[in-house]
Amino acid sequence: MNVRRLPLYATIAIFLVAYLLCWLQFPNILSTRVVGNLLTDNAYLGIAAVGMTVVILSGGIDLSVGSVIAFAGVFIAVLLRDTGLHPLPVFALLLGLTTAFGAAQGALIHALAMPAFIVTLAGMFLARGVAYLLTLDSVPIDHPFFETLQKAYWLMPGKGRLTLLGVLMLLCVAGGMLLAHRTRFGTNVFAIGGGQGTARMMGVPIGRTTVLIYAFSGFMAGLAGIAFAIYTAAGYPLATVGVELNAIAAVVIGGTLLSGGSGTVLGTLFGVLTMGLIQTYIVFDGTLSSWWTKIVIGLLLFLFIVLQKGLLRIGQLQRTA
Amino acid sequence: MTGLLRRVAPQLLTLLAVLVLVTIFFPGFLSVGVSGDRLVGSPIDVLKRGAPVALLAIGMTLVIATRGIDLSVGAVMAICGASAALAIDQGWGLGAAIPLALAAGLLCGLWNGFLVAVLGIQPIVATLILMVAGRGIAQLITEGQILTFSDPGLAFLGSGTVLGLPAPAWLWIGAGIVAGLVVRRTALGLLIESVGVNLRASRLAGVNSTVLLLTVYMISGLCAALAGLIVTGDIRGADANNAGLWLELDAILAVAIGGTSLLGGRFSILASLIGAMVIQSINTGILLAGFPPEFNLVIKAALVLLILMLQSPRLGDLAAGMSLRRRRADEAAAAPRVLPEVRQ
Repeated sequence: MNVRRLPLYATIAIFLVAYLLCWLQFPNILSTRVVGNLLTDNAYLGIAAVGMTVVILSGGIDLSVGSVIAFAGVFIAVLLRDTGLHPLPVFALLLGLTTAFGAAQGALIHALAMPAFIVTLAGMFLARGVAYLLTLDSVPIDHPFFETLQKAYWLMPGKGRLTLLGVLMLLCVAGGMLLAHRTRFGTNVFAIGGGQGTARMMGVPIGRTTVLIYAFSGFMAGLAGIAFAIYTAAGYPLATVGVELNAIAAVVIGGTLLSGGSGTVLGTLFGVLTMGLIQTYIVFDGTLSSWWTKIVIGLLLFLFIVLQKGLLRIGQLQRTA
Repeated sequence: MTGLLRRVAPQLLTLLAVLVLVTIFFPGFLSVGVSGDRLVGSPIDVLKRGAPVALLAIGMTLVIATRGIDLSVGAVMAICGASAALAIDQGWGLGAAIPLALAAGLLCGLWNGFLVAVLGIQPIVATLILMVAGRGIAQLITEGQILTFSDPGLAFLGSGTVLGLPAPAWLWIGAGIVAGLVVRRTALGLLIESVGVNLRASRLAGVNSTVLLLTVYMISGLCAALAGLIVTGDIRGADANNAGLWLELDAILAVAIGGTSLLGGRFSILASLIGAMVIQSINTGILLAGFPPEFNLVIKAALVLLILMLQSPRLGDLAAGMSLRRRRADEAAAAPRVLPEVRQ
């Protein structure tokens, strides 16, 4: 059995066991309604986490995600309020902007040879600052097209709603899986994550790949922003503070190594779902306070990081033996 | 002394530039008056408001010098503030509140240090755990409410005045002097730098890196505890959600402005403290100059980028590479074939 795959199996197993435990206490939790809501409520996080997975696989980190999502919401809301544009060209414009923003971050990281942490920290300030400049208020979106998007769903058996947002997230995960595990770009990402020096010697185009990685993350953050705007029907510059941390946590719980080079996009989906499940459980229970979410997520993070550390040790022992 | 001055010259110049810039927009910025028994004015305000970031920057400098990072300081501030407020709320008195808060900070630091030094987890990941869970723990302590109190002793820490200066200013200046003396008058600073430059080599040279890393993260926790006490005392209440929110980023920024490389190694606590004052001057200055506060983040981002470019190892390589190439060319012209070829 492949040791590298163990974190993925562990993630899926933990999710299933947790779901089983929830089901034993609240049988209603196993209904398509709950599953549908789980997908819809976490759609924006899942989409952003797919981008984050690729960044982390390359050994980097993108702290600007939460700010970019907030910027996206404000951008859409203000543009729809002040101009007569249809949402679709606004979406295209926004995705172009956030992709360029991500690419610029990647270019800076490569050109300056600075840690991604600090460059994307500046990006985080910048994106949120620009969102503040656009507006300080919560701007409602009341375009009819948005209502159509919000109400688009497929009624699953059991009256659960598989919404457009849920489908969008699943599509993003599928796309991310293809990109990371089935393309040359994905292989380059893994190579850089495994070690930049080695990757360079193998002839991986480091600069181009780095720019593309962060551009992809910017694109996904923009898409997550669109999903969040549809979800809340508003743009608010103070929204989604700290979403980058949730995304990073989901990626780690999903079994991706934070030092890069090992992990799966599918695991990230289960990381997001596990975090969503904790929140759903707290809602079902009704007596637990919301702060338990943070504590349990912290514990899960700890568990997975120690698990990965142990697996790495085992791998090293096998290699030396 | 001149060496130290030369080391902090860029930071002092930055601070001067910021002060001049703010004074242009708001001419009364540098004036200090006396009101009753205390000094008043914007510079005093900067000294007071900058206290939490300055305190965090002290611990963060040491952590970053070991090639680490401590993302949890903001959450640790919330935990310590909540512990102190809880102790006051329970009627245990100030004598219990402050030791409890400091112990909580040390414990948080010990946890981070344990993950980094003993389990060998990357610092950014290890401290992320407490950053995420810490606010939950703080909320657990305050039971989700803002614990308010009216104890004059704890409030004094945040808003009192000693010899004309605000108590928080004395606290960070005092902590900075103590930390500076401890690391520079003993070998501790050198050992911290050696761990940051090359962990393996310093371990082989006999440096007890495990204890050193534990200590550094505990100092960072202690600094966060002091900062948490100040913030809690200032608003006379423990706000688990907002106390110290995003201050870890400001502290890292202060260290970066202070010229300490995020890749570990040489550090200067004084330079980081000046960095913290630069950040606070910008914050206060933007408000006073009449700019809307929403400009704050954009200006901060521009500043970070500028500092990054100046600090970039690539930029240094480029300059060094040019002079090296010239020297190589000279040497090759003078005496070909004597350059040592064997390099591993």
